[in-house]
Amino acid sequence: MALIMTTKGEMDDSLLERREGSHENDNEIVSWVEYWLEGELVHRSAHVQLKKNVFAEGISAMLG
Amino acid sequence: MANTQAMCTSFKGELLNAYHNFSATNPARTVNTTDTFKAALYLASATVNATTTAYTATGEVTGTNYTAGGVNVPTWNAPTTSGTTGFTTPTATITYTNVTLSTAFDCVLIYNSSQGNRSVSVHTFGSQTVTAGTFSLTMPTNDATNALIRIA
Repeated sequence: MALIMTTKGEMDDSLLERREGSHENDNEIVSWVEYWLEGELVHRSAHVQLKKNVFAEGISAMLG
Repeated sequence: MANTQAMCTSFKGELLNAYHNFSATNPARTVNTTDTFKAALYLASATVNATTTAYTATGEVTGTNYTAGGVNVPTWNAPTTSGTTGFTTPTATITYTNVTLSTAFDCVLIYNSSQGNRSVSVHTFGSQTVTAGTFSLTMPTNDATNALIRIA
């Protein structure tokens, strides 16, 4: 039993339907969890793990 | 329009002018104080990319418990090099706690709030919404191949 923050305040998770999922691609790994109350979404959290970065290439100097 | 992952072009020039300090250990400066960097989220309908020179509220998400401008980026790993690559990455996850962001967002802008909100980089991900929940961004491994910001 745990309390979940929802749009209706903290609720016991036993009263809620939990849905979760994840996906991964070249850019990120995403996981999410939702709690539903009688067909209404009352909580959704998401976690993104970044895999790609930004890269500056070819900074160079020429002397002569 | 769409957001595009990139190192901001203005940031590259500003590096040469020593605008950005990612480390508290910087012998080139008389005061060794790390700049404060922030992370702002943008709607999937926004246009944030390499040409973005500074933080803008245009296209930024709005919602319960989200403050315009976003949250502070945790401290950065001390910038270092490996081979021909210089790199750095935040030391911890960027977290937005107990927010409701009902309109889809897919982008975070990292910018330097100590230096006129000058932009650093744009990072995109699959569109998300959050309802009375937490959104967190975990950083890649801080090495020459995966670090969040790399220069070679």
